[in-house]
Amino acid sequence: MSTTTSRGVSRPAPAEAAPARPRRGLRGRATFNFWLFTGPFLIGLLVFVYVPIGWSLWLSFFEARFTVTPDKFVGFDNYRQMLENSDFTASLVTFTVFAAFIVPLTWAISLGLALLVNRLRFMRAFFRSVFFLPTACSYVAASLIWKMSIFSGVRFGLMNTVLGWFGVENIAWLADPDPPWYWLVIVSARLWLQAGFYMILFLAALQNIPPELYEAAAIDGARPGWQTFRHITLPQLRATSTAVVLLLLVAAYQAFDEFYNLLSKTTWGRPPLVELYYTALGQAQDYGAGSAGAVVLTLLICLVTLLQGRFMGFGRGEEAE
Amino acid sequence: MSALSSNWDRRSVLRAAAGLAALGPLAACGSNNGRSGGGSSGKELVQYFHAYGEAGTEQAIKKYAKAYDKAQVTTQWITGSDFESKLFASLLTKNAPDLFEFHPQIQLVRSGQVADLSDIIDPVKDDFNPADIASHTVDGKIYGVRMIDDPQFFFYRPSLLEKAGVKVPTTLDELIEAAAKLTTGKVKGLFLGNDLHAVINPLIWSAGADTLDSGNRIAYHTEGVKEGLKKMRGLFTSGHLLLDAPADYWDPSAINQGLCAIQFCGMWAMPQMQKALGDDIGVFAFPKVIDSGKPSVYNGGWSMFVNAKGSHVDLAKEYVKWLWIDQKKYQEDWSLSYGFHIPPRTSLAASATKLKSGLPAEGVRLFGEYGHFDNIGWTQSMITALEDVFANCVRKGGDPEAALDKADVTVNRELKKLFG
Repeated sequence: MSTTTSRGVSRPAPAEAAPARPRRGLRGRATFNFWLFTGPFLIGLLVFVYVPIGWSLWLSFFEARFTVTPDKFVGFDNYRQMLENSDFTASLVTFTVFAAFIVPLTWAISLGLALLVNRLRFMRAFFRSVFFLPTACSYVAASLIWKMSIFSGVRFGLMNTVLGWFGVENIAWLADPDPPWYWLVIVSARLWLQAGFYMILFLAALQNIPPELYEAAAIDGARPGWQTFRHITLPQLRATSTAVVLLLLVAAYQAFDEFYNLLSKTTWGRPPLVELYYTALGQAQDYGAGSAGAVVLTLLICLVTLLQGRFMGFGRGEEAE
Repeated sequence: MSALSSNWDRRSVLRAAAGLAALGPLAACGSNNGRSGGGSSGKELVQYFHAYGEAGTEQAIKKYAKAYDKAQVTTQWITGSDFESKLFASLLTKNAPDLFEFHPQIQLVRSGQVADLSDIIDPVKDDFNPADIASHTVDGKIYGVRMIDDPQFFFYRPSLLEKAGVKVPTTLDELIEAAAKLTTGKVKGLFLGNDLHAVINPLIWSAGADTLDSGNRIAYHTEGVKEGLKKMRGLFTSGHLLLDAPADYWDPSAINQGLCAIQFCGMWAMPQMQKALGDDIGVFAFPKVIDSGKPSVYNGGWSMFVNAKGSHVDLAKEYVKWLWIDQKKYQEDWSLSYGFHIPPRTSLAASATKLKSGLPAEGVRLFGEYGHFDNIGWTQSMITALEDVFANCVRKGGDPEAALDKADVTVNRELKKLFG
């Protein structure tokens, strides 16, 4: 025992140093763990995002047909080719039309759904889940269901069956651009897929509005319903609305799956990504022109996002005001 | 147990699992090239096929591959409508297939993507359909082995034509008229596919024009073709054309399910139609578009190519020779046991009893009399340019002259790159 005691007594110095060692160890382990967990994703980001962006920029200045390692420098020829290509410029118009439909519609419907399920007292969890569930569905799967089942142009398509009950002739929803029924198919598919997700964002924001505000408004004579919604709820949702609109706009820029699957090989209804896909991969295999288009599109997205942030005050702190 | 506890505590296990989970996706990237481990010989080949619609085709291709004992041949059976995209993209990578099926196109040759197969084809060259050999030849070298010829024409229901008092159309005007008479409340007169792309070349040929002339110059921009495009626009808006069907022209379900009376399709679907409709099925060529035109049949088909940039070029050529030149029983099985295709080997075509009578024989007659084969100089970009013409002026109602002018720009740019 004494030996043990003397040993214990004779080790004051290590005892003092001891706290430092675990700290170094912890710090070392923390650094190791940081790289362990973030390293693979950083490598992924570098390999799958930054290298392709740089490579694409490089390709855009070369004649790169059927190769991604070209050697013929062509300067801005690919940019000129893409900007003179009426299909590419038309794709920017398509995107604008699509965004003009989908952004306000999704904003309004997801907010409406959030307001509905927020007040629900009966089967609240069920309804929240039901509206959110489509978010889990793949865009490709939904597009095929829309195309082959709901909006099939033949007599046994769901919509044509329903219209047939009222004596309406079969409609070729996707084959004929005049009238442009394809917009109804595309917009409804995307609304179904994404409204539930934005509903959740609005729901969280609604639940963060202090109830005292409504109580104070009621005392001041504000009528429940539209007046309260307009003067209390909507201003309180400003930050969320701004974020939702921004996310919707970015998502609209990235539109690909439903357009590609619903409107294969048309010259109308091609958003920029589909147009670039056809240029670079689909048939032409022109990676130089496709890359030039991608660079133009990237610059355009940056510009629109900056302008939108400026107009809507995204990221502007209260202190700045 | 104690040893296990001390060495593999909960944190260690979690840490290891997290590390593996994080690294897993990276490790997996690019590894799925279809190669499923080494064969007994240690030699491996990968081949790409698009998904054929006829039942049993995938099993057949895999059965042939399994019978080859000099290498393990893995088949990637690619479903979906973008086989071309997947093929072209993979050809740029190290995971490219060693051999693949496609159509003869000169850009594959010019970009060095396909190997010269002259040495394996030359000894049996005379036994191939000369048009197939010509369509795979650039500067005297043959770059692919034709596996099947697929004539495409109209299939019709004689009973419905008889009931409507309609004769088999011999001109595009008659076809349009027939479509009108055959359209009833539930049945549309005609189905040309959802995007109409299948009839682009037949329309050009039946208008007395061609895609390119012998000097590789534009030959489709003619008054006859413009006339045909206008007529097609009239048909598209007539309400007598089946639009937006669940399956496209290559699938016989539209005519089999009674959605239309006449359908443009390929001979491959003949057995399915005969099974569904019995004897109530006939065929005719794409009728002449203008008086000076002539009926036409597009002889599509698929050919086998060897990836010239692959690491097993010689082995792949050996396999192509073994299967598509030496193994006549497999070639016959591939052509006749699933759908109906015409064997490109004249000796096989001559002995194919299934094609000697009835409807198949009529298909073979149309193939011989009106057939047009692939032009190797007509590339994917040019094909797309004319698809856009159809989209813009037949489906969208634009001016044919303006649409053709726009196509000319693309096609001329392509021609300049390929032929100078």
